[in-house]
Amino acid sequence: MNASELQQYLDFAYIAAVVLFILSLKFLSSPASAHWGVLAGEIGAALAVTATLFNPEVTQYKWILISLIIGAGIGIPLGMVHMTAVPQRTALSHAFGAMSAAIIGIAEFYVGTAPVTRFEMGEIALEVIIGSLTFTGSLIAAGKLQEILPQRPIVYRGQNIVSLSVLGGALGLAVALVVNPAHAVLFPIMVVVALIFGVLLVTPIGGADMPTVISLLNSYAGFSAALLGFVLNSKVLVVAGALDGSSGFILSVIMCKAMNRSFTNVMFGAFGQVQASAAGTKEERVVRSANPEEAASILSAASKVVIVPGYGMAVAQAQHKVRELYDVLTKKGVDVRFAIHPVAGRMPGHMNVLLAEADIPYDRLIEMDEINGDFPQTDVALIIGANDVTNPAARTDQSSPIFGMPILDVDKAHTVMVIKRSMNPGFAGIDNPLYYLSQTLMLFGDAKQFVGSIVKELGGH
Amino acid sequence: MPADFISNLYVFILAGFVGFELIKRVSPLLHTPLMSLTNALDAIVVVAAIIIAGRHETPLTTLLGAIAVAASFSNMVGGFLITDRMIRMFKSRGSKQS
Repeated sequence: MNASELQQYLDFAYIAAVVLFILSLKFLSSPASAHWGVLAGEIGAALAVTATLFNPEVTQYKWILISLIIGAGIGIPLGMVHMTAVPQRTALSHAFGAMSAAIIGIAEFYVGTAPVTRFEMGEIALEVIIGSLTFTGSLIAAGKLQEILPQRPIVYRGQNIVSLSVLGGALGLAVALVVNPAHAVLFPIMVVVALIFGVLLVTPIGGADMPTVISLLNSYAGFSAALLGFVLNSKVLVVAGALDGSSGFILSVIMCKAMNRSFTNVMFGAFGQVQASAAGTKEERVVRSANPEEAASILSAASKVVIVPGYGMAVAQAQHKVRELYDVLTKKGVDVRFAIHPVAGRMPGHMNVLLAEADIPYDRLIEMDEINGDFPQTDVALIIGANDVTNPAARTDQSSPIFGMPILDVDKAHTVMVIKRSMNPGFAGIDNPLYYLSQTLMLFGDAKQFVGSIVKELGGH
Repeated sequence: MPADFISNLYVFILAGFVGFELIKRVSPLLHTPLMSLTNALDAIVVVAAIIIAGRHETPLTTLLGAIAVAASFSNMVGGFLITDRMIRMFKSRGSKQS
């Protein structure tokens, strides 16, 4: 077999991989066919990797094998984490992906066999900038999600000006390199400045905005891989990067709509921070509370119950107790469903994965738009660890920072029960008028313990 | 503008549209597995890393290539593994009783 014949076979392998990648995403349209999607992706990836090992340019295998083994050694434990740790795992994998793309771009710059043209320089510079900022940005996001770093937004005066100047600096250095690619000394400076920008981009963003940030970083990681495909003239990278980039992009748009944020906010990553300075005069309002016994008797008298899970459920690790509650109520003939707000949790789809892990059938997990019409016929809405996504002020109070955000209309249910540690306002620091409604009962306590006590009262376990 | 750039741009735009149409159809139930799966697919940059690590140029490029192979391959292995685990957790009521 001569070299050009071999190259053709390699190209066919890559084309097959691309087809399998597209099928992989197609199978993901429903939970029933999703496992085929994973299989298609795995075969495609295996095919592409194996083909690459036969590439005539590859002459030494020692370091490839060692690093493949190291990669598997890191990847397997990261693939086995608990579902509660999935958001930080995802952020970390965005960091790894972006780092690889950036490093390959850097290596490509330093190979320097043929002198780089201005056009190629531009491609490499842009690719390396996006890869580098996504790398550090994702590391910061992972640190916040793992709670190594403070989850609260870290803000200071003139932040946007500083951040944008740093980005401008990186782009300026890129332009200087394009004008004269011989100024190689500028290249590492540009990389460092881009790395700094990634830190500045994500540091001011708080925990509740994480679903949007993770999606956005996903998109950046994808587009950096696609750009790398341009640099290396590799169509398989262009396709995989475009698929990943558009996926992250669509998810960011969905998350934005679910938080009533504008599209420009996403593009520039300038997340307006909600400052709860207008707390002002707080009149004492009465709240009614209930104990597990009372809550249990209300639930067992109901015929339709909707449970609204939020990040608090994940923090309290209450999902398995919630499953027991689901089981015991279902046995009593109560219709129990779960209302999932798109931004509940710390990443897109977070609640679904947690509840699925706890063995709750997925046809009981209902999206916001589908379930909102059913709340007026719902006997009990039980809110576990969710706050802002249930705040009726988003519909009515124009002065509220979350005004206009689509919410779950739990206040239309006959009875609302809220499991909450205390009356402290939620993450965004916004008071929730839901808690003062006449049909609302506050269930004060730890989510896991409280749900456990309700289950005990209902005669389960 | 190089001819390669133009053909890559075609591919990029078409793949972007395909991605858009496919991802719109993914059930919101599966948005977390979607993100881990696209992450694993994106880890295909490992093929570029393998070439850099195996091309035997300077020690620096071999080192950079090796780091990129390890990082992207860990994404590939970990991404497929966790996506598979998550998807197995999604059961309908019918399959749960069996």
